[in-house]
Formats: sequence, structure tokens, C-alpha cells
Amino acid sequence: MQTTASPEVLSQNVLEIRNLNFYYGSFHSLKNINLDIKENSVTAFIGPSGCGKSTLLRTLNRMYDLYPGQRAEGEIMFNGKNILDAKQDLNLLRARIGMVFQKPTPFPMSIYDNIAFGVRLYEDLSRSEMDDRVEWALQKAAIWNEVKDKLGQSGLSLSGGQQQRLCIARGIAVKPAILLLDEPTSALDPISTGKVEELVSTLKSEYTVVIVTHNMQQAARVSDYTAYMYLGDLVEFGDTEQVFFKPKRKETEDYITGRFG
Amino acid sequence: MPDKHLSSQFDNELNSVSSRLMEMGGLVESQIQQAVYALSLFVENVADTVIENEHKVNTMEVEIDRELSMIIAKRQPTANDLRLLMAISKATANLERAGDEAAKIARMVKSMMAHGGFRALPSSELRLATEMASDLLRKSLDAFARLDTATAVTILKEDDLIDKEFDGFVRKLITYMMEDPRTISSSLDLLFVAKALERIGDHAKNIAELIIYIVKGEDVRHASIEHIESTIQSL
Repeated sequence: MQTTASPEVLSQNVLEIRNLNFYYGSFHSLKNINLDIKENSVTAFIGPSGCGKSTLLRTLNRMYDLYPGQRAEGEIMFNGKNILDAKQDLNLLRARIGMVFQKPTPFPMSIYDNIAFGVRLYEDLSRSEMDDRVEWALQKAAIWNEVKDKLGQSGLSLSGGQQQRLCIARGIAVKPAILLLDEPTSALDPISTGKVEELVSTLKSEYTVVIVTHNMQQAARVSDYTAYMYLGDLVEFGDTEQVFFKPKRKETEDYITGRFG
Repeated sequence: MPDKHLSSQFDNELNSVSSRLMEMGGLVESQIQQAVYALSLFVENVADTVIENEHKVNTMEVEIDRELSMIIAKRQPTANDLRLLMAISKATANLERAGDEAAKIARMVKSMMAHGGFRALPSSELRLATEMASDLLRKSLDAFARLDTATAVTILKEDDLIDKEFDGFVRKLITYMMEDPRTISSSLDLLFVAKALERIGDHAKNIAELIIYIVKGEDVRHASIEHIESTIQSL
């Protein structure tokens, strides 16, 4: 199945995915994906387990490069360059396209250093500039008020929801263009989930967010565009309102309404 | 809805609320039939029964709305499920209003009998409009149960005929009132009856529009019949 999809909106594409194929060894896991990610918007990837949504997310900052036997073919254009190019500087790429994982992964260091660690890799800031950056990132991630009096404590001392927002703050701190969220709330309670969702909607004024979620209602709540994937194919991509109110394809409707396919 | 959900409980809930709507529709139809019977033969106790039963229709509307709210709260429906539930909610409101019109007809029958002189009026000429209105409502409920968009379009067209019938009847009543001013008060009652029938046709039409909304996802409430027909034909 070949689906070229692009919502009809006059905002700029920050990522353009063309004819993307992905293989885990001999397993063909993404099949000819064509998709545009719009700037300053939230795009959600939904679909059943094994549909390729996390794989697609992980190609966007080449997270798969860490594993042997995994390869991507095709084009992902970002700032005029194909990031799948072998010459692409991966550290730089991941600073521009950050990622937050399903389970909170704070570094075993202080809350302050969790944020400052990544910034130090790319920028040479004075002590006061770094203080400002740490506060800014924690403010953005809506966790500043909860941690401002204990910046020296270990990041691991925080609750799960706080740890996840700390990880989002860490991702923002290096000022990326795009933030990739891989099921960021699946390990969180409803209140923390609500805070992270609120955060996602405030982040999009400055960042482009791509989120993978198992929770369809979450995709409906936080995203502007939704891509439905199934067995490695991009089945439907469009405005979230359209996809959830009147999907174009029967397969999408069956999935979002919870019917047997 | 033909396909099953992963949750059979959700299927049960949707089926239950859909059949409640049909049950309410049946009740409203019978209210209209009885009101019309009371009108054609001027039977006061039948008119009384219609007025007494009005609260049953109202209660059903409230109960169905409660069921709908529970389903929405529990299931967070999307796409065609969401459209179905929205449509059921609006259909019950239309049925309740149609039920009110039936009770209004019953009250007019009693009022005309109290005024006397009603037998001189052309009440039998309302028979055609009556049949058209109750037929239209029954058709719209049948089409709703089958999600039949083709029948929905024919209902939209037929409602125009009822409107024309109403206009003709009003002209006729005016001649009666001019000829004999003593019939004015009964004529006005009869005018309200005719208006009530015309309104029932409108409610049937609204229900027909909801069928297209469920199936096609398009709100055709204020669209032209040509636009609606092209919507139906598009995939």
C-alpha cells in the first residue's frame, strides 16, 4: 500500500519523509512511508502494537543506529539535508531532534546536572547563564515550582511524573527544533499524564512535537495531525479532528472506534 | 452498526440505547395516531388518554439522554460511534417535540368540542396531511434503524409536500371564517392542528437529516436538496 499524505495547511514542513523503508535484519518494518511534519505543531502516530509507529519515531533522530542489523532507506529531509545520510553528525542531529522515552530516564545525578549535562556538551555557558538555562528549561517543563528548592537532590528522588517532566526539561534545555515523545505518559498516573499533556500543548508554540501514543484519546486531545499506521504502512494521515470525527479509511475507523479489523 | 467492537459491553450499550430510541419512536407514533383518531371522530376520552400519556414520552427522552451521557463518559466514542450517539440525542429531542404536537392536537380536539360548531368545519380535509405526517415519521424511524440514506432523501422531499398541503388548508379555512364568523374560534383551533401536523413532518425531516450525518459525517441541516443528493452519492 502506498500512501502519500500531507494535510492541506499553509505551514512549513520541518521534516519531509520520502519513500522511507526500514528493516530489522530481514524484517521489513516500515513500508514506503511518505509524510510531512509541520513546524510548530503536534503530530501523533497511532496504531496497534508492532505497527511501526515507534520505529518511525526512532528513525527521525536515527536512534536505531545504536543497534546493529537495523537500517533505513529513503529520505528524511531536515533543513535541506537527508538525515539518513551516512555523513550526518549524529550527536548534532540528536541535539536538534531530541527524544523522551516511555519510561522516565533521569541520569543518576542532581536535578540541576540532569539539565546542565546535555547543555555543556554543545554550549559553553557561564555559571549564571547555565543557572538561567536550567531554570528556563524547568519552567518550560512545568516542574520548576516543584524542584526549585531541591536542585541539588538526585533526579531519581522525584516521583515518576516529575521524573518524566525532568526528562522533557532535559530535552528542551539544548533548544532542539523537534521533540520526539515515545509514549511519554504510559508509565504515569492520570494527574501526571494531564500535566505532560498540558505541557505538550504549550511546547508547540516554540517546538515541533512528534508523539507516539497507545492512548487514542490522548492523540485526539494533544495533536494537530494524526497518522494511523498498521503493519508498517501509513494507512491515513490528516488533521486530527478529521481523523477522529470522520476518518477517510475504514481501517482507521475500525481502529479508533475499537472494532475488530 | 454492523461491525462489532472489541468490547461487547460497548456493543450492548449502543444497541440498548438505539432500541430505546425506537421504542420512544413507537410511543410517539401511537400518540399521533390516537390524537388523529380523536380529531376525526371527536372522541374526548381518546384525546384525554393522549394528554395523559405525554409524560411517558418526556420521561423516555430524559432516560435516553442519561444513557447517552453514561456511554460518552465511559467510552469516549469517536467517528461513527460518536456521530450515532450525537444523532440519537438529537433524534430524541425531535421525537419529544413531535410528542408535544400530538398532545397539542388532543388539546385542540377538546377545545373544539367545548366551542361547539366544529362539525361544520373541514376537519376531514386534514386526513391527507395527517397520513403524510405520521407516515413520514414512521419512515424516518425505519430509515434511522437501517441507516438508509436513500430513504432519508425521499423523506426530505416529501416534507415539502406536507408544507404545501398546509398552505392549501390555511387558504381553505380562511374562506370558512369569512363566510361564517361564528366558526372563527374553532377554525383557529383547526389551524393549530394543521400547524402541529406540519411540525411533525419537520421533525421527521430532521431525523432523516441525522441519518445522513451518521453515515456520511456531513451536517446537511441547512443544505439544499441538490447538495444533499450529491453528498449521498459521494463515497
